[in-house]
Amino acid sequence: MLENYLPILIFILVGLAVGGMMIMLGFILAPNRPDSEKLSPYECGFEAFEDARMKFDVRYYLVAILFIIFDLEIAFLFPWAIVLKEIGWFGFIAMSLFLGILVIGFIYEWKKGALEWE
Amino acid sequence: MMDWFVELWQAVPLGVQTVVIILLQIIAIVLPLMLCVAYLTYAERKVIGAMQIRMGPNRVGFFGHRLWGLGQPIADAVKLMFKEIVIPAGANRGLFLLAPVLSIGPALAAWAVVPFDAHLVLADIDAGLLYVLAVTSIGVYGVIIAGWASNSKYALLGAMRSGAQIVSYEIAMGFALVGVLMAGGSLNLGSIVRAQEGGVLHWFWIPLLPLFVIYFVSAVAETNRAPFDVAEGESEIVAGFHVEYSGMAFAVFFLAEYANMILVSGLTAIMFLGGWLSPLQGLLPESAFGVPVIGALLGDGIHWFIIKTAFFLFLFLWFRATFPRYRYDQIMRLGWKIFIPITIVWLLVVGVMILAGLPPWFDGA
Repeated sequence: MLENYLPILIFILVGLAVGGMMIMLGFILAPNRPDSEKLSPYECGFEAFEDARMKFDVRYYLVAILFIIFDLEIAFLFPWAIVLKEIGWFGFIAMSLFLGILVIGFIYEWKKGALEWE
Repeated sequence: MMDWFVELWQAVPLGVQTVVIILLQIIAIVLPLMLCVAYLTYAERKVIGAMQIRMGPNRVGFFGHRLWGLGQPIADAVKLMFKEIVIPAGANRGLFLLAPVLSIGPALAAWAVVPFDAHLVLADIDAGLLYVLAVTSIGVYGVIIAGWASNSKYALLGAMRSGAQIVSYEIAMGFALVGVLMAGGSLNLGSIVRAQEGGVLHWFWIPLLPLFVIYFVSAVAETNRAPFDVAEGESEIVAGFHVEYSGMAFAVFFLAEYANMILVSGLTAIMFLGGWLSPLQGLLPESAFGVPVIGALLGDGIHWFIIKTAFFLFLFLWFRATFPRYRYDQIMRLGWKIFIPITIVWLLVVGVMILAGLPPWFDGA
């Protein structure tokens, strides 16, 4: 069983190697003549006047947190979805209750305005 | 000469033999894939050109012949190869170069479990779909790291937007996948295809129609393609997270984007349109598939998988030519307030359909 996963490991390494080699190829073949203007960050022709790591909207964090909750739930649904035919109506109703509780939370965050962007 | 190879082959230990065979198989997947990516860029320019009544690229050919511009992708690749890779002074060099690798690695590695045909699959693992979900999620790291490491305002803003958009649509995609799992009863992509046997009406796109549409639209948003390409919005944040990238470092991002497009098109074909299965199954008499050559073309095979994938790729290009760009708040609203509620409701509907044994999809077993 486990030997089926060997090709995957090798494929991941090959995938990363392809990217790494192409960038290396770029460094080998291409010219490299840096100057201070070329190396400054792009800012529509202005000189960059402060560090780019600035404050950004807290809503991005909010999206990330909500994502974790829902993604965990998807991971939780995966095994249930596969055995649904065996566990029948009992399993279905149990999961419906769980989804119902989750939907209450979803409605709460919707009403709180966590999903608003303007 | 041949004997020498055979002897050499038999001399190497068994473990090395296995690895070499796997490597050859991987090359047999990656090389055609790269060619497809190159010619997808060509097809994109040609198709959008045709839709806007232009010619598209038609100059660069081979050996003095124009050949409708077929040499264009090769010329583009060579050009990018000889362009300087500029690393901005304020950037984190290591992370800056790691980001493109992190975005192309998963885009290629996910192909390990894609069944091209009933027997043509590199790793026929039982956790296939879980692996695809896990590996494709890594792509967002490439985006965020690229934006952060560039130390440029546009890049950071583009990365934040892009990251938030990708994770939002991943939820809708994940729920759609759960629907497919319920219908297919397996995580193995091959088994999911086999569960759809019996012609075009037996495929999952009919019972899972809302999930099918949501999956594909989310896939467009996941790959940051038009009309959801605010991350790259040329008119406001230039090129988004890869504004500071040039030369081959940029080319790797570009390849990853197109490889991802092909991947999600292929996955949509597998999960909702029966992968390698022939749509004519059940419509034609059984004897028609016995006819040499024609029967093989009408019957199941890799060519159907390629045709279905190409159809979805065409949709990608068509969308780009047709729709204006969505506003960012509209994108987030679509993902959170429309797609997620619809998928949750439809999961329950699918559950009822399965437990009630609705024919012709769920009456077997």
